[in-house]
Amino acid sequence: MLAQRQGMRGLVGKAGLKAAVPRPARMAAPARSRVAVQAKRECFMWEALREALDEEMEKDPAVCLIGEDVGHYGGSYKVSLGLHKKFGDLRVLDTPICENSFMGMGIGAAMTGLRPIIEGMNMGFLLLAFNQISNNAGMLHYTSGGQYKTPVVIRGPGGVGKQLGAEHSQRLESYFQSIPGVQLVACSTVHNSKALLKAAIRSDNPVVFFEHVLLYNVKGEVGGRDDVQCLEQAEVVREGTDISIFTYSRMRYVVMQAAAELEKKGYNPEVVDLISLKPFDMGTIAASVRKTRRVLIVEECMKTGGIGASLSAVISESLFDELDHQVLRLSSQDVPTAYAYELEAATIVQPSQVVQMVESAVGPRMALAA
Amino acid sequence: MGNIWGCLAPWHRSSLPAGLPHCNTPRSLLQINDSLITTYRDHCHNLTRGGSVFDTMSELFGRATGTTRGIGGSMHMYNKAENFYGGNGIVGSGIPNGAGIAFAHKYRMEPNVCVTMYGDGAANQGQKYEALNLAALWELPCIFVCENNHYGMGTAEWRAAKSSQFFTRGDYIPGIKADGMDVLAVKQVTQFAKQYALDKGPIILELDTYRYHGHSMSDPGSTYRTRDEINVMRQSRDPIDRVKKLLLEAGVPPEDIKKTEKDMKKEVDDAIAEAKKAPEPPLTWMWRNVYANPASCTLRDVGGRYVTPVHDSHYKDLQQIA
Repeated sequence: MLAQRQGMRGLVGKAGLKAAVPRPARMAAPARSRVAVQAKRECFMWEALREALDEEMEKDPAVCLIGEDVGHYGGSYKVSLGLHKKFGDLRVLDTPICENSFMGMGIGAAMTGLRPIIEGMNMGFLLLAFNQISNNAGMLHYTSGGQYKTPVVIRGPGGVGKQLGAEHSQRLESYFQSIPGVQLVACSTVHNSKALLKAAIRSDNPVVFFEHVLLYNVKGEVGGRDDVQCLEQAEVVREGTDISIFTYSRMRYVVMQAAAELEKKGYNPEVVDLISLKPFDMGTIAASVRKTRRVLIVEECMKTGGIGASLSAVISESLFDELDHQVLRLSSQDVPTAYAYELEAATIVQPSQVVQMVESAVGPRMALAA
Repeated sequence: MGNIWGCLAPWHRSSLPAGLPHCNTPRSLLQINDSLITTYRDHCHNLTRGGSVFDTMSELFGRATGTTRGIGGSMHMYNKAENFYGGNGIVGSGIPNGAGIAFAHKYRMEPNVCVTMYGDGAANQGQKYEALNLAALWELPCIFVCENNHYGMGTAEWRAAKSSQFFTRGDYIPGIKADGMDVLAVKQVTQFAKQYALDKGPIILELDTYRYHGHSMSDPGSTYRTRDEINVMRQSRDPIDRVKKLLLEAGVPPEDIKKTEKDMKKEVDDAIAEAKKAPEPPLTWMWRNVYANPASCTLRDVGGRYVTPVHDSHYKDLQQIA
């Protein structure tokens, strides 16, 4: 163990491990709406995403939406409902079923300065467009010596739904994670979905924006026209001291459900929603690990090569001395999503598994007084 | 141009492009506001769109003075200022991009076209047909140009395509075939195509051409065709020889032509010598321009250290290292 640690120090130089991971800069509190008297608004996530699209398309005529059934049909999850009536058929473009070429088309348009939002009806369909996403969106800025930008937002629903079958229930965020030059963002709440989508549209980088099939009808507070969230920052959902649970997208709700149960049993988990899957917000992650010294990653991606696998490696390598035990990881099984209800449920992480894992990692605690 | 490239040693030789000429006045000829995108056979397009022999050769040598600073290389040359969109290693993947660029011209209501080029090999890619459908559906001002040199690396066109009449394979999109090794024919057909594309929508041009050398440095070019075939093409159809003949017939003194050739050869030789002396890109450039908007996108290098990528499309520090 000691020899290993010395080896680690050699790897990161004399300054030592602590210097290897950037400490979180003293972040200014996010600018809250100055209009404190404004009533808080609630809506569904699909409405929040729609508002983001509407407002950004109004603000900037270069923003347009390209995808299957986004126009006249209103979007398969209603995210673009009615927008074609407001912005016309060219700015809300209904495409034929040809992911590879409409992705390429959007990227070509982005090279000229337009800002297309390209929707995959399901993120799984974007496997057909992988070449365009990797080679043209990801690499172009680099290989052109910085001349061409590709400010596209590639968005759509992914994740496991309710018995949609294997090809429509893919957990493939990690497939895109290695692509150099793209950013990956996963939204999870009504508020962050709108704020992050706005930020993604305004960003000059190509952003792959993961929504989740089962979260569109989640209701919550939504922000205003100028409420924009940093794309590279994680959200601390629940502060705690016992263990850092890193999660994203729908698994946030699974973890929070587990956290409610854990609270009753006397545990105090810290829950961090990664938000930015690439790059990881190492500042927030490191601060949390240093505080709790225990890590559990809860993801919907597969065990093999998932987002969690990548994060686990980074944490083990950079924060080894800050850990009391190995990085724990709850991921989905390395199987395609079955159709049958029970099998589907057994494929992905359930709250009871999170509770069990935290109990065994942290050890016994006194339950709170009833 | 082919002759000039032919004299030069170890880099990827291009087939004759019989360039699409640029002329500023007549609307129907290609102008600098018209966009161009092609495959990896982009060296000569780089020259016609703002590049020089020096930056092209520098790029081929992987030097910091290259078109894309030694980062892109032979297959990735671009020039944003002159609407040259590259440079694609995956043949055919530029075709949907070209449709997108044409879409952007239409979106902005600009009277410009996008010339989207590919070869006979790439003409069998599915995404080409998808892009043709999109272009025809939305009447995009896109000129699809198939540079048919009859070989997709080592595979002759008749072994790869059920129909090698590439100009007909657009189905509902009209197509014209022209002799790609005749500069004036190419000029005429491009003029027509631009007018058509602006008025009615996409059109396909098939330019019949030939590749003297192998596909790339690792292809001798002789295992799948005869040397006789290559020689016959060179003698009867070489574009530059044809132009020379026309000029002589028109009364241009042969000494003038010889002088122009000599000057061009000197220009190229000088540029090559300069490029050979140019510095290589520094290691810090590896992290430059991975993202357009680096913000807090720190990257981890393989040693576990964190690197902050930067964005700098002007490469101001080139002055210090050159």
